[in-house]
Amino acid sequence: MNRLFSLLVLVFALFVASFNASAQEEHLAPAEATHEAEAAKEPLNIKKIIFDHVGDAHEWHFMTIGHSHITAPLPVILYSPSNGLSVFSSSKFGHEGHRQVVDGQYILVDDHYKAEQIALGKDPIEVEKIKSGAIVTVDGSPVYDFSITKNVLSMLISVALLLWIMLSVAKKYKQNGSGVAPSGFQNALEPVITFVRDEVAVPNLGHKAHRFMPILLTFFFFIWINNLLGLIPGGANFTGNIAVTACLALITFIVMIIRANGHFWGHLLNPPGVPFGIKLLLVPIEIISLFIKPVALTIRLFANILAGHIIILSIVCMIFIFGAMSPVAGWGFSPVSVGFSIFMFFLELLVGAIQAFIFTTLTAVFIGQAVDEGHHGHEDAHHHHENEVIA
Amino acid sequence: MELLQPDLGLFVWTLIAFIAVFLILRKYAWGPILASLGEREKGIADSIASAERIKAEMATMQSEHQKLMVQAREERTQMLNEAKDLKDKIVNEAKDQAKNEASKIITEARVQIDHMKMAAMTEVKNEVASLALAVAEKVLRKNLSSDAEQSNYAKMLAEEVSLN
Repeated sequence: MNRLFSLLVLVFALFVASFNASAQEEHLAPAEATHEAEAAKEPLNIKKIIFDHVGDAHEWHFMTIGHSHITAPLPVILYSPSNGLSVFSSSKFGHEGHRQVVDGQYILVDDHYKAEQIALGKDPIEVEKIKSGAIVTVDGSPVYDFSITKNVLSMLISVALLLWIMLSVAKKYKQNGSGVAPSGFQNALEPVITFVRDEVAVPNLGHKAHRFMPILLTFFFFIWINNLLGLIPGGANFTGNIAVTACLALITFIVMIIRANGHFWGHLLNPPGVPFGIKLLLVPIEIISLFIKPVALTIRLFANILAGHIIILSIVCMIFIFGAMSPVAGWGFSPVSVGFSIFMFFLELLVGAIQAFIFTTLTAVFIGQAVDEGHHGHEDAHHHHENEVIA
Repeated sequence: MELLQPDLGLFVWTLIAFIAVFLILRKYAWGPILASLGEREKGIADSIASAERIKAEMATMQSEHQKLMVQAREERTQMLNEAKDLKDKIVNEAKDQAKNEASKIITEARVQIDHMKMAAMTEVKNEVASLALAVAEKVLRKNLSSDAEQSNYAKMLAEEVSLN
């Protein structure tokens, strides 16, 4: 059953990718009909396909058949200090290549806009720095984008799913009490919850583990379910987005700072038993390491998930790279590509769970250091370094 | 790199959603789930502990039981022995007593027999003496004319005596 599902997922992924690729080709055909050599420059298009897939967007693009894009428009929510709040559908921006200015001031940045700006005499380096898919104003005044983008919607779906699963399971626990054996989805969740408690929380937090169980469990399941939803073809690359991982790492950092006890600060700012000269060197390093922790968390999750998505997309896109050389090569390579993709999907299923586990474990380690009473500080520090190396 | 530029909107939405999820799940999911997991684990641990305790109790009870059995057996043997001894003693005593009684009775009987014999002898002696006296008296009183008459008379008396 699972295998069948994975296969279906894969076939769907191939379809999505293939429609995209062919649409790209057709799109470029009229514009660059005279430069056939350039039109065949597939790698450039492949890069765009991949980066469009792993990036965020104001609309949810499912597939493109011929010239018609199948997309779901999403609400755009903007706040500008000069114009206040404005909410409208992303469909108002029009489609790629036919962009429109909304309310006479908001523009969705794309390659066309960038080319226009360069043509207007702006510095090309500055123009390239503007993020594609961002919203800017005509007059250049600041605007803050709080839109429900593809990633936000994907997160809201996963949050709804998570709440539904957990609350229904919790209801069962409340109804049955502790005397009845678990049934149904309880059986699936219970080992995971006890795993987080016994393998993540207790070894790092000791007797304080129960206090941090809710946040650790929330981290684990939030990241895991988003990793899994991100693997569904057409899904968003939520946990592979640096804003998301930075936000999660920031929460870890804040919890750590709030819960840190005097012992932690004492060791950080005035390490006992260290000569003054070395203290001058050690304290700055310790302070830097304090801030490196959330940064490491951010980059680890972001890079792992993003890399997985890019690899799967690249493998699928290889069919079209070969196909551009000759149709025979494209067809010939597709079984190889499908095989690799299946392998990568399984690997990513594993990575999705492992990264959720690592994020949760490191959160537990960091909080554990902050709340440590100092009876076995050296052991803990050692343990922590080992963990970092593994992760 | 565009991928390394975090979006403010996504950051804020993630923060809001995560905190909301955390607060909701902490109150309505993790609390009850962890509580009943802990309760169940405690229940299982308690059950195992009490099972162990009962097992140990059973073992001590069994050994006590065995000890009691051995003791009872010993007591029974002892009681049987005592009873046997008592029986023997009673029987022997009875035998002795019977023997003594019997010998006493025999002795008494012998004494009485002797007594009676003596009395009978005395009586016989007295009788014989009185008879002899009576005969002598009668002989004396009767004027015995002749010797023949005399001896006849004596014969007749003697016959009388023997008839008695």
